Amino acid sequence: MSMLYTVMILKKVLESELWFTVLHRKIKPLAVEARLRNREKKKMTLGLINANPVVQAKKERLVRTQPDQYRDDGVDPLDIYEYVRDIRDPEHPYTLEQLSVLSEESVTVDDQLDRILIKFTPTVQHCSMATIIGLCLRAKLKECLPLHYKVDILVSPGSHADEDSVNKQLNDKERVAAAMENPNLRQLVDECIYSDEI
Amino acid sequence: MDLMEKNLELVEIQKLEGHTDRVWSVAWNPVSSHADGVSPILASCSGDNTVRIWEQSSLSRSWTCKTVLEETHTRTVRSCAWSPSGELLATASFDGTTGIWKNYGSEFECVATLEGHENEVKSVSWNASGSYLATCSRDKSVWIWEGLEGNEYDCAAVLSEHTQDVKMVQWHPTMDVLFSCSYDDTIKVWWSQGDDGEFECVQTLGESNNGHSSTVWAISFNAAGDKMVTCSDDRTLKIWGTDIARMQSGEEYVPWTHLCTLSGYHDRTIYSAHWSRDDIIASGAGDDAIRLFVDSKDDSVDGPSYNLLLKKNKAHDNDVNCVQWSRSEGDQLLASASDDGMVKIWQVATKP
Repeated sequence: MSMLYTVMILKKVLESELWFTVLHRKIKPLAVEARLRNREKKKMTLGLINANPVVQAKKERLVRTQPDQYRDDGVDPLDIYEYVRDIRDPEHPYTLEQLSVLSEESVTVDDQLDRILIKFTPTVQHCSMATIIGLCLRAKLKECLPLHYKVDILVSPGSHADEDSVNKQLNDKERVAAAMENPNLRQLVDECIYSDEI
Repeated sequence: MDLMEKNLELVEIQKLEGHTDRVWSVAWNPVSSHADGVSPILASCSGDNTVRIWEQSSLSRSWTCKTVLEETHTRTVRSCAWSPSGELLATASFDGTTGIWKNYGSEFECVATLEGHENEVKSVSWNASGSYLATCSRDKSVWIWEGLEGNEYDCAAVLSEHTQDVKMVQWHPTMDVLFSCSYDDTIKVWWSQGDDGEFECVQTLGESNNGHSSTVWAISFNAAGDKMVTCSDDRTLKIWGTDIARMQSGEEYVPWTHLCTLSGYHDRTIYSAHWSRDDIIASGAGDDAIRLFVDSKDDSVDGPSYNLLLKKNKAHDNDVNCVQWSRSEGDQLLASASDDGMVKIWQVATKP
């Protein structure tokens, strides 16, 4: 249940300002946990941003038979998709693929310039988890990709009310770096990217 | 001879390894150079929470890490700045504090810690006389500190007009005028009337003044102080100018105006720009390259224009976060810091 507690902490912050203002100094975990335990008695699902997500069945993992059209030392977008499709949603016990946040079309690669573009679709227009999902994508790819690849992450056009603001934050590497030094955010991100197969 | 006519290249003198995470920023000690009889000293700060001090041996001409400033900052050290006397080094950290370190020859000691910002401190800058220090933060504010006796620092002003994360602060090279640039896409100028006046925002350079259309990452002035270059996430460099003589003589503020925009040269965010003493502008960008620009000296009515002198592809294996020209007279060295964890020293030389 600790992950849900973390989510609730973050949700409180997200409701006040965009998540980047999480101040580790101001979070008093013990007090919050006490409040959460009380709230837990009143059905936690009511607090979730999107209480009833549409979940698709897990896709078959296709074995690709056609020849690799990308150069040998290049990166195939479908390989990148393999790294990210199973990232768990921060709120729900499903993968980003199952919630249609990501699909095979989400990833495009520019082989000439070694640049990767990922577009993801938050489940609802006002999803305050959008920036968390973006962080998870960055954290996961940082581990899997060679260092010189440039990664740009955007929300699918029209899929979020604060599209420009979310995109700007996700692509400001200084903001991303500072956020990943925040222990609470880092913990949530790690739980999403290291979750076991469901 | 016009620089553009020479066939120039950027030669890598040395690669400084040691940091265990990305290097965000470098700063040359203003006082040291071979000409003074003192070895050139460079400070670099990193995501590994430390600052490294590098020194060039006058005998072997190679650079080594003299000391590591650690166990003070608990998070990334984002930027560092030497005081004009070269005796103090200020370090800005994501842990919300600014460290002041005193140079005791072979050792450095943290003599003061400035607290007050609500979250990550992004940049620190000393004014020309060393009497003021400015810091800025993601908390949208710019703080001005005054040095007192006995390593004490007093907060002289808290300036809160930016609407977003402030990325860099830079004092004017000759006057006590402070400049800041931000995630809100603007550059703000802070000026205080007379000796006892409060600092206030006297100008904002935004999109309506031909300003940037995205986060402004850095500001740098030319030696004379009548021009500045800014770089941005919008992939342009912008040159601004003012009538410095009028400003230095009179009591009133003289606004800065846009002179020129260099666009089409960069296709990723430009993180750093620095103006050398001999008028070469260096830029460091997210495409791993370093570019040098010079004034085209084309006396056009529309104002100055700049040409690309050279582009160093793959200067690093990852984003170039900072470029800084050394202050010494004579051989101009360029230091660069990158996400690849390296600091590199470069020299501009004529191709053989």
